[in-house]
Amino acid sequence: MTDFESVAATELHTATPGPAGDPNAPGQPHTLEVSKPRSASADAWRELRRRPLFWIALVIVALILLIAAFPSLFTSADPTTCALRNRMGAPSGAAIFGYDVQGCDVFAKAIYGTKNSLLVGTGAALLAGILGMVLGITSGYFGGWWDGVVSRIIDIVLGLPLLLAGIVFMKRVTNAGGGQTAILLALIAILGLLGWTTAARVIRSSVITAKQQDYVHAAKMLGAGSGRIMWRHILPNSLAPFIVIITMALGSFVAAEATLSFLGIGLRPPAQSWGIEISTARLYMRENAVPLIVPSTFLALTVLAFIILGDAIREAFDPKLR
Amino acid sequence: MFRYLVRRFLQMIMVFIATTFIVYSLMYLTGGDPIQALAGEKPVTDLQRAQLTVKYGLDQPFLVRYWNYLTDLLHLDFGTTLTGRSIKDILLDAWPVTMQLALIAILVTIIFGVTAGVIAGIRRGSIFDNATLVLTLIVIGIPSVVLAPLSQYLFTIQWKLFPTTASGNPTWYELLLPGIVLGSLSVATAMRLTRASVSENLRADFVRTARSKGMPGRRVIGIHVLRNSLIPIVTFLGVELGSLMAGAIVTESVFNVPGVGFQLARALKTEDTPLVIGIVSVLVIVFLVANLIVDLLYAVLDPRIRYE
Repeated sequence: MTDFESVAATELHTATPGPAGDPNAPGQPHTLEVSKPRSASADAWRELRRRPLFWIALVIVALILLIAAFPSLFTSADPTTCALRNRMGAPSGAAIFGYDVQGCDVFAKAIYGTKNSLLVGTGAALLAGILGMVLGITSGYFGGWWDGVVSRIIDIVLGLPLLLAGIVFMKRVTNAGGGQTAILLALIAILGLLGWTTAARVIRSSVITAKQQDYVHAAKMLGAGSGRIMWRHILPNSLAPFIVIITMALGSFVAAEATLSFLGIGLRPPAQSWGIEISTARLYMRENAVPLIVPSTFLALTVLAFIILGDAIREAFDPKLR
Repeated sequence: MFRYLVRRFLQMIMVFIATTFIVYSLMYLTGGDPIQALAGEKPVTDLQRAQLTVKYGLDQPFLVRYWNYLTDLLHLDFGTTLTGRSIKDILLDAWPVTMQLALIAILVTIIFGVTAGVIAGIRRGSIFDNATLVLTLIVIGIPSVVLAPLSQYLFTIQWKLFPTTASGNPTWYELLLPGIVLGSLSVATAMRLTRASVSENLRADFVRTARSKGMPGRRVIGIHVLRNSLIPIVTFLGVELGSLMAGAIVTESVFNVPGVGFQLARALKTEDTPLVIGIVSVLVIVFLVANLIVDLLYAVLDPRIRYE
């Protein structure tokens, strides 16, 4: 599940320390740095604009966000009004992908399932991002015992595979019989609490390299406090790998939500989730495969879009690849 | 090296205690009424309740119970399921099947992932390189909840190439498709890792030296580049073997392969909490041990790596 995160992390580690790189590195003309203070991100943006894959992914992400926010724009059918007389009904003008085994509109269910997937994905990514950012930057900057504590916590969290820990935790929540909101919040909490480690490690290592740079020493010399140095000087230079990790993690959280719902320990009917749809449609796929294919496509495209987006940003910020 | 070993072992013990503690406390500290769960719908009299509480040691303080769970775990005693079967027996039945599946997955990863990675790494920037990069990105982006049911539909129902589900005692042929599906998740990662590692080593000084002293290209690639590039791949495959065991849960339940993941999925469906805890604990241990072995292997394989 977190394969691509580890790939991104390994590839990032082999890349240069930060998007700005070392200003004193050979081959980078100093005049360019002086005339354009933010040239690194401007360069990356110029690079990014040229990539068709980036635009495709961006359009898909925008579309998915729109669907999640306003599902009624895309379908007038109600996913919870199902009539058994429509069981496995063929596609028609009213339901473009036909009906599933319960006589529900397949397309409407997939459209309305988008919201929960994205809520869990963005919520967990936000939580993991904040945790990873705060713990990574403070442990890298202060070092010492705090760094030791954070590193040990990361060891422990990495010892728990995301899916297994998710299963145990979600089993608890569903046993306790919480409502849909409780399950949704629990999904966000567990995925966020388990998913911040890669981000924290990447941030920590880029902070450690940034800490040695002259501009940080200069800022310290001028009397800037720790908070100001971390926020204004170190953070912007550690941002690119962080954004990449979090974008890709968002995709993996969406997939994890679908997997847990698929196994029956995530969201439960009547909540709409691609995972639930896949798990029920799978049982009847000999009869009609469309109810399986539609939510699968939605899920795969969403996860894919976030991963391609993250990958494109990573390549754009990696000067080695230019 | 010795100090590193000691430190790594201590770290593993700490992680082991912490993870089992988290799993245990999540499940039992705040769990509902375990005695009622055991009795199901039936009412429990006060006397029965008192007896069962003593029998299962529920009157003990939490830390004592955790200690008992931990010592049982180390004695390979995983308790019994709600229906009274020994969890150890279930695991002993399921383990060989999962091992078979993981073996197929690893072979698929090596044959496709590593080979493609080597070619892409040598011909960096070629059409093959770009095509496989995009292809692996797509494979990474398709979660197993999508890949497993869809490939089952395509390859067993649409085109009847493989059996749809595995039997109780699955043959290699029945495990082939689930194994490929399971392996395809790590093919992409293995390919990217190999590619990065090969293309990095191609720029190394020792490769330039080998070339400049007139060594044939085949030998440079085969002996000097490959050997050094395979170090991260070997370690990746080791870690992957551990996570494949856990990742098999979706694939195994889709293809009805009676392995560990299948048992876990079934335990979740039948709400068999002791079985869930037992399997998850074992999988966490397997994962930790795999990581430990890989870390030690890493130090052995690459003499440049010296841990203080």
